[in-house]
Order: sequence, then C-alpha cells, then structure tokens
Amino acid sequence: MISALDQRPSIVCGEANPMAPAWTRIVACQQESSNTASYTLQFLDPEQKKNYRFQPGQFNMVYLFGVGEAAISISSDPDKCDSLVHTIRHVGSVTFAMNRLGIGQCVGLRGPFGSSWPLDECRGRDILLVAGGIGIAPLRPAIYQLLKNRDDYGRLILLYGIRSPQDMIFKEEVEEWMDRRDFQVLITVDYPSEAWTGPVGVVTKLLRRVRVDSSRTSVFVCGPRVMNRAAAHSFLSHYVPEDEIFISLERNMRCGVGQCGHCQYGPKFVCKDGPVFSYESVRDLFGKDEV
Amino acid sequence: MKNKVLYTINKSELDKLIGILQRDGYRVVGPTVRDGAITYEEIESVRQLPIGWTDSHAPGRYRLNRRNDDQLFGFVVGPHSLKKFFFPPKQRLFGIKRDGESGYVFEARQPDPPRYAFLGVRACDLAAVGVQDRVFKQAMAEPYYAKARDDALFIAVNCTEPGGTCFCGSMGTGPRCTEGYDLALTELRTTFTVEVGTNKGRQLVEALEHETTDANTSHLVDLLMDNASEHMGRTLDTENLPEILLKNLSHEHWDEIAKRCMSCSNCTFACPTCFCSNVEDSTDLSGNHAERWRTWGSCFTLEFSYHTGGYSRSSPAARYRQWLTHKLANWHEQFETSGCVGCGRCITWCPVGIDITKEATTIANDVKRSRANQEAKRLEEVGS
Amino acid sequence: MEPGPYDIGLVEGSISTPEEAERIVQVRKECRFLVTIGACATSGGIQALKNWADVEEYKRIVYASPQYIDTLDTASPVAAFVLVDFELRGCPVNKYQLVEVITALIAGRRPQIATSPVCLECKRAGNVCVMVAEGTPCLGPITHAGCGALCPTYGRGCYSCFGPSESAAAEALCAHCEKTGTSKPTIVRMLRSFNGYLEPFKQVGDKYERQAVNN
Repeated sequence: MISALDQRPSIVCGEANPMAPAWTRIVACQQESSNTASYTLQFLDPEQKKNYRFQPGQFNMVYLFGVGEAAISISSDPDKCDSLVHTIRHVGSVTFAMNRLGIGQCVGLRGPFGSSWPLDECRGRDILLVAGGIGIAPLRPAIYQLLKNRDDYGRLILLYGIRSPQDMIFKEEVEEWMDRRDFQVLITVDYPSEAWTGPVGVVTKLLRRVRVDSSRTSVFVCGPRVMNRAAAHSFLSHYVPEDEIFISLERNMRCGVGQCGHCQYGPKFVCKDGPVFSYESVRDLFGKDEV
Repeated sequence: MKNKVLYTINKSELDKLIGILQRDGYRVVGPTVRDGAITYEEIESVRQLPIGWTDSHAPGRYRLNRRNDDQLFGFVVGPHSLKKFFFPPKQRLFGIKRDGESGYVFEARQPDPPRYAFLGVRACDLAAVGVQDRVFKQAMAEPYYAKARDDALFIAVNCTEPGGTCFCGSMGTGPRCTEGYDLALTELRTTFTVEVGTNKGRQLVEALEHETTDANTSHLVDLLMDNASEHMGRTLDTENLPEILLKNLSHEHWDEIAKRCMSCSNCTFACPTCFCSNVEDSTDLSGNHAERWRTWGSCFTLEFSYHTGGYSRSSPAARYRQWLTHKLANWHEQFETSGCVGCGRCITWCPVGIDITKEATTIANDVKRSRANQEAKRLEEVGS
Repeated sequence: MEPGPYDIGLVEGSISTPEEAERIVQVRKECRFLVTIGACATSGGIQALKNWADVEEYKRIVYASPQYIDTLDTASPVAAFVLVDFELRGCPVNKYQLVEVITALIAGRRPQIATSPVCLECKRAGNVCVMVAEGTPCLGPITHAGCGALCPTYGRGCYSCFGPSESAAAEALCAHCEKTGTSKPTIVRMLRSFNGYLEPFKQVGDKYERQAVNN
C-alpha cells in the first residue's frame, strides 16, 4: 500500500498547506448536456503547470472562492497535464456555482488525489469499461491511454448507460470511438427518444451483446451506486475474478489526504485508498447499506 | 523496562523544572482544577496543580474529591486530552481576499503553534499522541500538527491509582509510560522517581538536584505499577475482537445500543485519538473575503456522511457501529494499531454512560457463545 | 408590506391569528428565498404552549374584553402554512448565523448551519460537561447547535432555546434524566419551553405528561 502511494504523482496545493488550493484559470468551457459541462483549467503558476501530473481515475479538489470545494475527477488526457479538464454535473453548491463562472475566471485546485485505473497491471488483457452517466468522465483518461497503447491490450469494450440520448456527454468523441474497428462501444438509454434505435434498459443488459472471456478480461466500472452493484454482480456471475473487477466509488471526500475521516468506507479512506478499488478489496462492505 | 535507571528528585524540584522550561521558551501545560474537573491548562507554578485532589469515574459520572494527602498527581485523567493542543477544535486554515492576477490572494500565513511542555500527562495520553501521529504525520503531514508535535516536550506521570473507567491495561498502553516521553515521573510521598526518555529529558534532570534511585525505591515503583495494573476499573478482551466485530455488523445489539445512544458526539470529542474534522468555507457579507476553517467533526452527526443524494449513515445505530468498529477494528487496518488507548474518557463523559468495553464485550460474548453452540452441534452431528 | 418581489424575506414570529395565516401566503409569493428566524417562527415559540390549553379559557383569564380577541386555536411555525427555504433556530437567533445565512444565499451556497447537537460546540469550547461532572440535567445532547453552548459555558444546563437537533434522541435523554432523579413533571417542563411543540419534544413531553398524570 505504502509503495503504491509513493509512486503516485505528488500533490499540488497552495501555501505549502495540503488544505490550501493552488490557482487555475478556466481557459475553455464545453457544454456537454443540459446539466453537465466540461471546464478546462490551467495553473497560473508556470512551475505548477509544468510539474502537475495525474493518472487516469484520479480526482482534484476544485475550490470556488467563498463557496467551497468539491471532489471532481479529471476527464482529460494524462499526457496533456498542462490543461486539465473537469466534467461537472451541476448538482451541489459548488457545481452550481461553477456553472456561473466564465472563461478567464479563476478557481482553486488541489490534487491529484486517490488511486487510478490499473492500466499497467492490465496490459495484455481484454478491457471492458462500464460507465453510467457522468461516470464516463473518470474513465475517459483511461480510454485515451488504452487507445494510445492499443496494441498492448486485447479486446476493448465500452458499455455506456445514460438516461436519455440527450444526456450523452463527450458525444463527438463517443461517436469517433464507435467508428473505430478496434473499440466496441455499446450505448443503452433508460428513456429513448423517438429517433433512438439503440438498446434500451440498464447497462448490465448490454452484457448479453458482448463476449466476455473471463480468463482474460479486466473490468473498469464507474457509475451510480445501483449500477456499480449490478455490474459487479453480473461480472462475478460471468466468472470474472474478484481481483479483475475495478470500481470507482463515490463518497464524501473532503480533505483528499485521509485526515478528515468523512469518506471512510469500512477500513478504507475512499480519498486515498480509492476511489478506484478492486472488488476483492471492498467485497465485505460492497452494496451494504449504512456503512 | 524494569531495569531502566531511575533518578530521584525532591518534590520541591518541580517548581524549578517549570522555571527551566519557561526559560527555554516553553509554554507549560499541566493539570489544574477548573469548573469541577481536572483539565489541562497553561500553568506557571506547582501551586496550580490539583494538590490533594482526586477524581472518581463511572459511566456518565465524574466527581472531584478531596484526598487525605497532598499528592500532586493523585488523580487519573480529566475531560481533556492533549488533542486540543495539536489539533485545535477550531482552526482557521487560511484567508483569501480578492486581488492580484488570479483575482485572489492568500492572507498572511497562520501563526506557528506555541512550543508546549506538557507536565503530568499519562501513559494513555502519550499512547494517544502516538496514534494521532499516524493520522497527521503521514506523507501529507498536517503542518500545524506536525510543527506543534515536533516542538513538544512531554513530562509524563505514571498512574499508580487507576480510575473507575480506566482500561489501559487491556489496551497495552499503561499504566506505566513506556515510550513517547522525555521524562516519566512516579510520585512517591515526598519525592518523584524519574525515568529519562530522551536527551532533552536527560538535560532537564541534570539541571535539577537528583540522585540515583536506590534499589528499594526502584522495587517500590515496580510494585506500585503492578498493583495499578491489577486494579483497572474496566477490562476489555481484545483477542479476535476486530474480526468478531466486523463479521457481525448486523448483530441485534447495535440496535439495542441505539436506543440509549443520543448521537451527541461527546465520546468522539472526549476521545484522544478521534481525528475527524469538518471543513467550512465562509465569506463575509462584502463577498471579498473568504476563509477556510477546520473544526472537530464527528461520525455521530448526520451531516458527516452527507453526499450528493443522501446520507451514508442515516440511522443512529449505524453511526455508533461506525465509531466502535472504527476504533476497535478498522483502525488496525488503517494505522496498524488500535484506535483505543483505554483512557475511559468516552465512558465517563458519555452523558448517558454508554460503556464501550461493555458494549463490545456483549457482542463478542454473544458471538463466541453462538459459535461454541454451533461447534457443539456440529460435533454432536458428527458423533451421531 | 411594500410590494415585492424580494430576493430574501426574513420572517419572525409564529402564525397565531387568521390575519397572519393569510398574510404569510402573500409574503411567500413575494420572496424568492423565505427564511424564518427565531423559535416563534420555526416552532411556534412560547405562545405555542397554548396548543396544550383551552384558548377560550386563556382569553377569559387574560383579557378584560375577550370578545375583541381574534386568534387561532394554535400557534404554529411558519412552515406549517407555507414552504420555507431555510429555518434559522434560536431564541434569540445567533447574529453570526443570520449573517451566514444571508451571505450564503448571496454567494449561492448552502448556509453552513450545523444541525448537530449543542454538545459539539460545548466540547469544542473546552467546557466541562455539566451533566457528567455535576449531575445537572441538560438538553444539550438533543438540542440544535448555534448558540455556542452559551448556558453550559456558564455552568448551567441547556434549556433548548434552539429546539431539537437532527435525530434528537429525546427519549434516550429523558430516560436517563429520570433514572438519575429528575421527576416526570420536571421532564415535561424541560421539554415544553420555547420549542415544545416541535417533534420529538412534543411526543416525548406528551408521553411523560400522561405518565405523570397516571401516577
């Protein structure tokens, strides 16, 4: 555990205090759907801009002056660390306030925090990604890396569940991915529009449409709790081993460094032991209520 | 431990010691009587110590009583631990005002913590500092904590008369101080024996009038310690306890506790190892100035587990279970130690007197009993 | 009232007359955020003690010409009549909390008003618990924070001028008080003060009253 922590990118913060943010500027803003937008941030400090590194699946604490902080996963390419994209659904104080900010304005940032998708460990294997709604955001950096090193992996599949066709985020990119012959992308919606001709229903139903070779498949899951649970159980019933199912969990991360205690999940601090966990490591509590 | 060299100093040397510490730039913190309890406060002389006082402890009940002697440290632990000095209950982390290139600039850095010398701390409190070190002095150290902690000096006192809710003996943290101190005193009638823990401690002893403790007195100290170990107010059988607790998260006793537990958070704030905090970002009415504050937080509050879409632990039973299992079980995986040092504060200072040793033991005994029954049944079936 | 609309409307006082019951509906319409402040507006207040009594009898006792008194049978919190965006507790409210609510609404964030018990503030202040160290009955463990543990800081028990906290375990506290010597009628009086008509104070107070009568 300790050695894995040591290999992580070092944390950028302000004022030599892990709780103080460094300043970034919003350089681009892309509306993804009615309630979701992607913000591209750049550090003001040239040193920070040059030195910041992250791994796919990690998150930052994004601070809005006077409003507060929220844990937001990084949704951009880890090879382009000078511009960091955060894809945000406007649901809470901070994310709503973010919606009011425009290009050129500054927000604080601490990070990167947490564990990442085990891309190195999974080399040579089939990778099956399961995303629900905004859950595709922390998977996108992994997808960039998988496609960039496409020959290092076996089959690559994305199962993407969304509420309705207009809720799809990263639309243009997803369409590009669908056009690739080396990337199987299946999308399902809960509420189809009239024009929708694709699958309807929960994302786990898509499993019927793909071939899962349990001996060589690693699964990355990120979505709402109910979906994570259903997905994990589906793969287990397809005989995918517990230590080859990786799930990004959401909890109330506040400090990012395992000191405030809020995100505890049994013995785990989701902010530093997670957010990406192997099913095996959280098996005892996974899906349990009130823990 | 028992063959460590002891020195003896006269009680009158204690004021000299306080003077030396003050001259060295320390703020001396020691036990003193305040508001009907013995609390840790800044002190300037021996006269402020609880001379001739003792404390009685029971679940939900604490009282100060007069002793029939003039012992300086004839009590166990008060409501406060050292936690508040390293991890203040309310702390401003930074202030920001609108200005500069980003539109925001940090205000002057927060002042450094004072250099504290703690006098009269107990083995359980020293152990608790060690436990909190693992939380706050890790890879991303909490700067205030780390600085205050590194600068601090500890003059501990061994407990010879454990209190009614003490169980350091069960947790392996006391009653004798074994690590983490600069000096450890044992109070006798007119003298203290002194164990030296660090070079800094040695310098202090050398500045005082001292002699090497004779064998008889040394033996007496050992006897006092053995006697204290045998007279703990509480015990807790920790064998297999983490495993038993974590495998029985659905045990009916959690709901039974929840009928008595008020989720008032007193145990977590009295606990010397509980480290959870809330972070609050505030603005002034002008909107030009923002601050971030850290305050002690508690897993007993509903808001503690708030996240988009609800609460992770909405029932009081789940919150008590989180606290107890964290303390006695999950802490081991997180920090390779128990989160409990056996100081008994959570028992004494629970307004309704819920006893962690009793609740954990009730569950453990019930589980052991039903496991034994199952085993007996299995053997019976094999036999027939 | 000057015609609105208003961004923030602050309402003090309970609804205890037919005229107020009508007016509050209009106030609601004119305000983007309706914030009720103080025990009266958030729980009915002291005057809600009449909810347990015969109002006609009270009128006869108190007023020389009761026929001019037009009042509802109960005094109720504003939220019993209209949707309230934020309730700020206390008798009186804490001025810093009031500033926080207004600041937060301006800044567009959730007001940071803890709903946890007074005990958290009391312990953070370094107070010695009056219940444990002196045996003083104290409603702190079930009372909404916000006063900064004012009474316990001065050595007396909390009497809940901020009303029940989140998940207030009134039952557990009263059972303990009874066990340690507080009489049932005293427990009823403890619960029925500024915020006695709020649950769970009402239910537990009523229970102890029934038991006191039956004894």
